[in-house]
Amino acid sequence: MENAGVLRGAPDTGSYLSESSVKSWLTTTDHKRIAILYAFSITLFFFLGGVAATIIRLELFTPNGDIVSADGYNRLFTLHGIVMVWFFLVPSIPTTFGNFLLPLMIGARDVAFPKLNLLSWYLFVIAGLLTVATLLAGGVDTGWTFYTPFSSLYSNSNVLLAAAGVFVAGFSSIATGINFIATIHMLRARGMTWMRLPLFAWAMYATSLVMVLATPVLAMSLLLISVERIFGLPIFDPRAGGDPLLFQHLFWFYSHPAVYIMILPAMGVVSEIIACEARRRVFGYQFMVYAMVAIAVLGFLVWGHHMFVSGQSPYASMVFSFLSFVIAVPSAIKVFNWTGTLYRGQIRFSAPMLYALGFLGLFTIGGLTGLFLAAIPVDVHVTDTYFVVAHFHYIMVGASVSAFFGGLHFWWPKITGRLYSEKFATLAAITMFFGFNFTFFPQFIAGYLGMPRRYYHYAPEYQIWNVMSSSGAVILAAAYLAPLAYLGWSLVRGERASANPRGATGLEWSVPSPPPTENFDRPPVVTVGPYRYHPEHETHQAPDHPAHEPQRSA
Amino acid sequence: MATPPSALHEPWREPERQHDAMVFGLWVFLASEVLFFGGILLTYAVARHADPQGFAAGARASDLFFGTLNTAVLMTSSLTMAVGERALKEGLVRWARWALIATVLLGFAFLVFKGFEYRDDFEKHLVPGLDFRFTGRAEQLFWGFYWTATVIHAIHLSVGIGAVGRLLLLDWRGEMPSHWMGAEATALYWHLVDIIWILLYPLIYLTGRP
Amino acid sequence: MMPVEASAFAGRVDHLFFLLIGISVVIIVLVVTLVFGFAVRYRSGSKAKRGPLPRWVKREVEIGWTAVTLFVALFLFWWASSAQVEEWTPPPNALEIHVVAKQWMWKTQHPDGVREINALHVPEGVPVKLVMTSQDVIHSFFVPALRVKQDVLPGRYTQLWFNADRVGKYHLFCAEYCGTDHSRMTGSVVVMTQGDYARWLAAQPQGDDLAAQGAKLFVSMGCSGCHSEGARVHAPSLAGIYGTLQPLSDGSFVRADEGYLRDSIMLPRRQVVAGYAPIMPSFEGIASEDQVVAVIAYLKAMPKGRNEAR
Repeated sequence: MENAGVLRGAPDTGSYLSESSVKSWLTTTDHKRIAILYAFSITLFFFLGGVAATIIRLELFTPNGDIVSADGYNRLFTLHGIVMVWFFLVPSIPTTFGNFLLPLMIGARDVAFPKLNLLSWYLFVIAGLLTVATLLAGGVDTGWTFYTPFSSLYSNSNVLLAAAGVFVAGFSSIATGINFIATIHMLRARGMTWMRLPLFAWAMYATSLVMVLATPVLAMSLLLISVERIFGLPIFDPRAGGDPLLFQHLFWFYSHPAVYIMILPAMGVVSEIIACEARRRVFGYQFMVYAMVAIAVLGFLVWGHHMFVSGQSPYASMVFSFLSFVIAVPSAIKVFNWTGTLYRGQIRFSAPMLYALGFLGLFTIGGLTGLFLAAIPVDVHVTDTYFVVAHFHYIMVGASVSAFFGGLHFWWPKITGRLYSEKFATLAAITMFFGFNFTFFPQFIAGYLGMPRRYYHYAPEYQIWNVMSSSGAVILAAAYLAPLAYLGWSLVRGERASANPRGATGLEWSVPSPPPTENFDRPPVVTVGPYRYHPEHETHQAPDHPAHEPQRSA
Repeated sequence: MATPPSALHEPWREPERQHDAMVFGLWVFLASEVLFFGGILLTYAVARHADPQGFAAGARASDLFFGTLNTAVLMTSSLTMAVGERALKEGLVRWARWALIATVLLGFAFLVFKGFEYRDDFEKHLVPGLDFRFTGRAEQLFWGFYWTATVIHAIHLSVGIGAVGRLLLLDWRGEMPSHWMGAEATALYWHLVDIIWILLYPLIYLTGRP
Repeated sequence: MMPVEASAFAGRVDHLFFLLIGISVVIIVLVVTLVFGFAVRYRSGSKAKRGPLPRWVKREVEIGWTAVTLFVALFLFWWASSAQVEEWTPPPNALEIHVVAKQWMWKTQHPDGVREINALHVPEGVPVKLVMTSQDVIHSFFVPALRVKQDVLPGRYTQLWFNADRVGKYHLFCAEYCGTDHSRMTGSVVVMTQGDYARWLAAQPQGDDLAAQGAKLFVSMGCSGCHSEGARVHAPSLAGIYGTLQPLSDGSFVRADEGYLRDSIMLPRRQVVAGYAPIMPSFEGIASEDQVVAVIAYLKAMPKGRNEAR
């Protein structure tokens, strides 16, 4: 089925990569090229944040300070948090795969506002430069959470510069969100109804909604900190009657939904991979869609579970606890549906599939430990300890980054037009899964034993868990570095990929690899739903009915 | 509505669709702006709730005259903006030109009056931290809000003036008629900035006054 | 692998924790078994039966597991919350200890005026209530062995209570990041038998107890100039005020707890008692947190009805 194996003309002529001058890259409005620009930027930040993480883990090998000073340590974990959250995880999947694939998946020529798309990359670069400037100026020591009154009145570090970086990055995110929402609403190909959208497109839609509605609140709260710091105008200052908890409410009103900005795209990627590599329709497609929308909406209503010990009203805590348990339901539905998708499939254990299965395991553990944190008495004990650190790393790093690497391998032939070494990729995927668990599982135990987070010195009885964690981090670092080598090799020497080497459905596979600048010769017309990997007897269609009309009619 | 093909950008194939998308995108942006201002309005609510009397006492020191004058100026500018946008859509370029010029001038007038008001506020020691007139905390919080909110609003208004100015620049080059879509987007944004002021006006100038 | 349980409450938190682990293990085993089972059985090219799913699988299964997860979630919420609700209010007879946090130190003060730094001695088997505030940024009082944690905020009081039932010395950590020496802002909570505690208290350098310190401050800071019989200024009497319902000028009522008393000293205009003019000056920046604590202790100790007897 499909037009698998079709190779049109010479591989690179007419592809989006054919123009190679620096100017053509810096002024491009092609969504695919912007995706590549983003990919380079976030890779740099991923390794910058990774270096900070490595030094942190080295420092924690022993209970006392060895490598850096206490202030140095505080600046490192702040840098790690800011860079990884706003300069890697939040933009990672949306700005790279989202930009590259969304228009292709829905049969569009480009995103709705190509110039805005380029602008958002420039904003991102400016934000990144501000953050690097913060680092060069000596760093910032507030933690990525910027809690007041520490950040607004007490910290002696470069809070303003760092806040400016995050503020600008926020606008980049809002611009991307607006672009995607408008793209999905206005640019779907003929016949691409909402319930025929690939789940990745749905994930982008849900993510964009959260980006557009939550990020401005972060922008405002950072602005208010800056105002208090620069002009001394009282906003949160308790000495002037301000409420320091107000900042936490504003911050988590953004930052809890931000967790879903980081995980929803991963869910989208994994849905695509599992369906393709299991050669099976996604089990319960409609439930998957509703679950994603439910997560995006409920995500706005649970921020207070970060504040159970903050001194907020116990009644408020009760409501937030309840809603936090409820939001576990759509997440669980998704896990069961991915599992169900494997049933009666023809499963191939390719590297992307291993990443996706790794995601499934890590997301399950991360999600279940989320229940612990929704239960107030347990949360009171483990909040601000390594238990929480382990929990959110399971979700944001374990699950989300696994999905990112899964997606990278899955669409690599489409994006670059080259195949990579399946052997090395498989090895890296397995190493990443085990390395991750070795690094972060011991932190659950250290946390339950009471080791607080953001501790430069710690009590000696926690050392054993920290040594395990730091040792695991070495394996994890190797697994993160490996793809640089074999994917780099693939760029130079990799075998040319056909249009659809995986035999996947989806419009992005109907165009050559790498795709031509104009994406489609003619606007595609869609006649059936996604994931037609096997005949479906309930519907009265011929079993091998093509998923999409090949490029014909207008 | 005549739209020359030059105004049609990638990835669009029909001007109507492009126009709808632009308006739609702008509405999404406005939703984002509403949440942005939502953050500062929440700080207002929290501060006022903590000490209603003190907060009102602080608010009574605001300058009702300038506040009201500026409200009138801005509402008039909304009218001229609406006229300009509508006229452009109907192809009445002269009308549009003059209405947009009036809009820009009214926008500047707002900023000038605001400047006068700020000068008075300085002279009346209404800047927290700079020999502030009140000792109470709620007064400080009110004036903290006042400066933050009005400056952010003024920045938004300046962006709006820039956008209308861009339309006039296009007119000077004789390209305005083909940019009625841009005019519609500008108008939407302008009205949002207005609505935010209409929210701020009672919160700042009418609080604590009978 | 498990932290010490130094109170009955710690045991209950651990029960909940084990329940959650149990449920998690069941779910993980289920998912992993299914994933591995399917992965082997339906590996590419295997001979297992494929074909379309039976129709009932599609909807009933989906609705089924949605309902089951929702039920599990609600059950856990019920269990966790009922454990929490019982812990909301400290027993009325609790021993009250004041805690003032600052970068990077814990200062504690017992009812009889004994002060400690980075340490807290408490008797075994007696409920202890901590009334806490911060002089600068947000800190968090965390004792893993007691499974309690509470942020300590500048400008207001937060409370925490526990009933330790196991003699020993336990970690006290600051759990909310507070700057350079956050990780050095640690100390210990020492749980002693009641006899040992009494002996320990007696061995400490004796000063005035808190209420007596407060009584002196009440005069020296000028509170008594207005809040006493015969004062010419019209100000409310404060005798026996603690715990009463105060009518406010806006028609509402407020319970006169520590937070209210503190606000009345630091932010007097925030809640004005009905029938009085808002003339009380703020003591913000004049009275230190320690002094406010002492004055409040005095107000709480003031006998009821002394003034009403007129």
